[in-house]
Amino acid sequence: MKFGVIIFPGSNCDHDCYHVVKHVFRKNARFVWHKETSLKGMDCVIVPGGFSYGDYLRAGAMAHHSPIMREVKTFADRGGLVLGICNGFQILMESGLLPGAMLRNRGLKFVCKYVHLRLETADTPFTCKGSPGQVLKMPVAHYDGNYYAPAETLQELCDEDRIIFRYCLEDGHTAQEANPNGSMDNIAGICNAERNILGMMPHPERCAESFLGSSDGRLVFESILEQVNVK
Amino acid sequence: MSVAKVYVTLKKGILDPQGRAVKESLDSLGFSGVEEVRMGKYIEVKLRGADKDKLEKELTGMCEKLLANPIIEDYRYEME
Repeated sequence: MKFGVIIFPGSNCDHDCYHVVKHVFRKNARFVWHKETSLKGMDCVIVPGGFSYGDYLRAGAMAHHSPIMREVKTFADRGGLVLGICNGFQILMESGLLPGAMLRNRGLKFVCKYVHLRLETADTPFTCKGSPGQVLKMPVAHYDGNYYAPAETLQELCDEDRIIFRYCLEDGHTAQEANPNGSMDNIAGICNAERNILGMMPHPERCAESFLGSSDGRLVFESILEQVNVK
Repeated sequence: MSVAKVYVTLKKGILDPQGRAVKESLDSLGFSGVEEVRMGKYIEVKLRGADKDKLEKELTGMCEKLLANPIIEDYRYEME
């Protein structure tokens, strides 16, 4: 089981992801510089959070054109697991690997806090260890997390059970006051039609050890490990 | 040398929290006649070459591939 953690100029959650894989779960991990062109031997690739290329123009817009992203597409086409977190999610949308786009947060503030998420489906390699309706506590830290997709895309996501996480209250109710950024339908994470690419705004890598305030992020990593071991 | 002035704006109907904040600010300054404010980006691209058709084609490619995100944004440009 080998993880690749991609580094763009401006990534800043790369070491957190590496730490969780390597030191918390004691699995093999390697940093992949964005100019590299091979993901050979990888089972799962993490596109981490941060401010790739300073978020100039649009968050994720320039990272999309980095050499490694072509390989990420090929890797995903072959069924490899791709996890995009925060800026990583934005990069995957800019690359067309996930539908939609991020607008500036509704409140025009950078939001950095713990939120509650409702797990909507266990039918992905990233959530197979969870159960639908389960409430998770994870941190968010972003300026552009206001998910937008045209109505027909949103319908498709609903119909195909591709909304994976929704912002919710502690009791699991998806009220507007639980929505930190104004995202459509309280969307916090979605997957592609083939279900091997997950994009999420919350940071599971920042809450994989209980002393950090929550260890709910473990679910994502434990699911990936289970999935790859079963294969 | 040609200069392309590219304007990138949010598509009609897409919520623009920044524009709304600017409108509220203008309201509070006493400018009561403001119906709506929409924010966008202005990008200047200096282009080498003289063949106008070719330059426009290239510029369209730049807008579609990088300068604008067609899901949420429209673009238009002027060439000088």
